[in-house]
Amino acid sequence: MVEKLVITGNEGSALAFKQIEPDVVAAYPITPQTELMHNFARYIADGLIDTDLITVESEHSAMSACVGAASAGARVMTATSANGFALMWEILYIAASSRLPIVMAVVNRALSAPINIHCDHSDTMGGRDTGWIQFYAENTQEAYDLLITAVPIAEHPDVQLPVMVCYDGFIISHTNEVVEVLDDKTVKDFVGEYKPRINILDTDNPFTFGPLDFHDYYIEHKRQQVEGMKHAYNVIPEVFKKYEDVSGRRYEYFEKYRFDDADVVMVVLSSTAGTAKVVVDELRGEGLGVGLLKPRVFRPFPHDKLREALKDKKSIVVLDRSDSFGAFGGPLFTEIRSALYGIENPPEIIDFIYGLGGRNITKDELKTAFMKAVDIAEGAEVKNRVDYLGVRE
Amino acid sequence: MENELLEIRFHGRGGQGVKTAALLLAEAAFETGKEVQGFADYGPERAGAPVAGFTRISDKKVTIHSFIESPDIVVIIDGTLIDSIPVLEGLKKDGPVIVNTTLPPEKIANKLKKKTNIHTIDATGISLDILKRDFPNAPVLGAVVKVTGIVPLDAIERVFTKKFAGRDEIIKGNIAAAKRAYEEVKSI
Repeated sequence: MVEKLVITGNEGSALAFKQIEPDVVAAYPITPQTELMHNFARYIADGLIDTDLITVESEHSAMSACVGAASAGARVMTATSANGFALMWEILYIAASSRLPIVMAVVNRALSAPINIHCDHSDTMGGRDTGWIQFYAENTQEAYDLLITAVPIAEHPDVQLPVMVCYDGFIISHTNEVVEVLDDKTVKDFVGEYKPRINILDTDNPFTFGPLDFHDYYIEHKRQQVEGMKHAYNVIPEVFKKYEDVSGRRYEYFEKYRFDDADVVMVVLSSTAGTAKVVVDELRGEGLGVGLLKPRVFRPFPHDKLREALKDKKSIVVLDRSDSFGAFGGPLFTEIRSALYGIENPPEIIDFIYGLGGRNITKDELKTAFMKAVDIAEGAEVKNRVDYLGVRE
Repeated sequence: MENELLEIRFHGRGGQGVKTAALLLAEAAFETGKEVQGFADYGPERAGAPVAGFTRISDKKVTIHSFIESPDIVVIIDGTLIDSIPVLEGLKKDGPVIVNTTLPPEKIANKLKKKTNIHTIDATGISLDILKRDFPNAPVLGAVVKVTGIVPLDAIERVFTKKFAGRDEIIKGNIAAAKRAYEEVKSI
């Protein structure tokens, strides 16, 4: 049974958490994630689910408790934002390196300083090398769906890696929209029962957790971790396909919008892609051959699929909602540009850093970015390959 | 394509239920079969600070995620904001403006330098009278419904009933406040 609701990003994610009903959730409140856990805690208080909610004194402890519970074979979830994510840092690596299939919602928010509670991607983009699989959701529908798909992806025996599902703070977390949700049983059946390969409480099959591992074996274990991420690359589309069968909603590594016949393409993550779709429609109305590509999966990065999709375009404009200080462009730009290296006649590519600290991104600004790429496609010289959008200078 | 999308911008202050009004109006429009979106732009979440709320109503899926710059309708939940922020900025030609104030529409017209399609309601007075507290957003929604007809009044009532399930007094009070505002709104 399918139901349509008008709910916020945090309400939709809390509903996904409830329907997944993990064994353990350990969490600490931080704006704009708080409302997610607030709603989830209400499901527990109302006696609707049996999850053990561990309330801890910090996010460092939250992720540590998740690591402990996951090592004991529990299905574990959590959620955070920004500075809370930063405080988890040490343990994020430990969760991934210990191959623990924890699923976490991250409500994207700018990092301090200056203090800012609004959206950008500095938090999770900083965590792109922690070893977690990373999904970026455009809206509440995607946040809900991707959280549900994250569970079997994380727990797949060939993967065994944690997954974070990111969505934009306030812009999605506190906005209500129409969302199609599944019934509890469909979600329960989809995620199935978690059967951990090993667990710390299984005294009949003793196993070492958190060992010392120096120059004798550390690099081999890192190499195996890379293998897990490679397996994830094949498992993700399999799980997305199964999800399509139960939900009717099709997910892929990236969404293409009016893309195939476009000469000029914008690449952008998350909620801004929704605004960009409207801008694409308006520019198409003016006769311009523009399109959009919205990656949903940033780790593992679908470099070969993106190269194939983008190789014949005339120009590409990437939008990054986080900066990488001292680097040549934002994280999305550097990945895409690297994916296009070495092909014949690669498209021109430019980058705009935008929307830091929740700065509103307007349709006019997106048009400006598109028009720069259109001019370049028509032969204009690339002056500032990496530039800023909507900044007073 | 523009006319398929209806955009409403609310102005008020932290604590007045601006965000709730924007989200409730979206929910009420969904009740009538529309695609919707409701959200707010708020800063440090302190009582009294200016807050903007936004509602989008459309026949097509709403994918845009930026603030409303060219609203079809402006709703001012705190009339004192007229003096301090550009509440009418971007308002589409002669779009309706609904203001919570004790002043008559003619006086508000002078302040706003806008001659027609101005509607006033003493939502604070109605709220204090019926709810015994200053929650002007429910009566303001009653006035919005009367002026614009974007949803029927009973859609607002159904949303109150859902939102405050189990709290019958609050449901009754909010519905009564919205109904009275629906009757008492003054227009030029």
